[in-house]
Amino acid sequence: MIETAFTPWASLSGGVLIGVAATLLMLVLGRVMGATGVLAGLVQPSSGQDFAWRAALLAGMVTGPAVVWLITGQMPAVQVPVSTVALVIGGLIVGIGVTFGSGCTSGHGVCGMARLSPRSIVATLTFMAATFATVFVVRHVIAG
Amino acid sequence: MKLIATYLISLIFGVGIALSGMANPAKVLNFFDIAGSWDPSLIFVMGGALITTFIGYKLVFGRAAPLLEEKFSLPTSSAIDARLVGGSAVFGIGWGIAGFCPGGALPALGTGRWEVFAFTAALIAGIFLAKFIQSAATRRSASAT
Repeated sequence: MIETAFTPWASLSGGVLIGVAATLLMLVLGRVMGATGVLAGLVQPSSGQDFAWRAALLAGMVTGPAVVWLITGQMPAVQVPVSTVALVIGGLIVGIGVTFGSGCTSGHGVCGMARLSPRSIVATLTFMAATFATVFVVRHVIAG
Repeated sequence: MKLIATYLISLIFGVGIALSGMANPAKVLNFFDIAGSWDPSLIFVMGGALITTFIGYKLVFGRAAPLLEEKFSLPTSSAIDARLVGGSAVFGIGWGIAGFCPGGALPALGTGRWEVFAFTAALIAGIFLAKFIQSAATRRSASAT
């Protein structure tokens, strides 16, 4: 595993920006900011217009790190402490889970919880608990 | 106009994710590792995002309609069922194995790291697989009735 520094201020300001973006998307387009929905709609668009707005959404997200680099002079850190096999298996499992669960951290965890949607609160508590349990098992039961 | 607005708004999202540490699997996994190398930073991400969105939504929903659309498109389902809970639990397991979630991975693609592309390709394959299973199940129940 890789040790990481506690970054309360960067994390808080990043979180506030995520909230600002979610609020603006609702104010301007009346839509929920969910990464699962963006991806699912991109791979199976319902119309050309639908594809265009999701592509714009994806383009904005992807250019985020470049803007951070322009401002701070540093690319945001991406440290991968797991094997490629774990990345691919994890990715597959995440894809299946978010499709059946209709959302992920951004859709349920931020937008849904902020609307006090009982469905999103249950989903968020469930995936957080499952992630805590999985990391414990992977790092302290299997590897330990 | 709509597309430019969408791009700029999700750019703010991408910067927020990059700044927050959500795009860094080491940081995400350390948050979930209370028994090991715990890094509580993600509490600040979720706290900041939730409080801001909560207040923001309260203000936005005071309006009759969004600025550039005729109405708000909000999720309509309210069912708390096995599909929601099971799917969310499965997502949590995958998140714990890989350290990336979709919201963290999409902005992280912009760093150009191959690991992010490997994860995202698997993620898209998983979405296709789940949609295939869903439509097969729908067809079967349709032919059964």
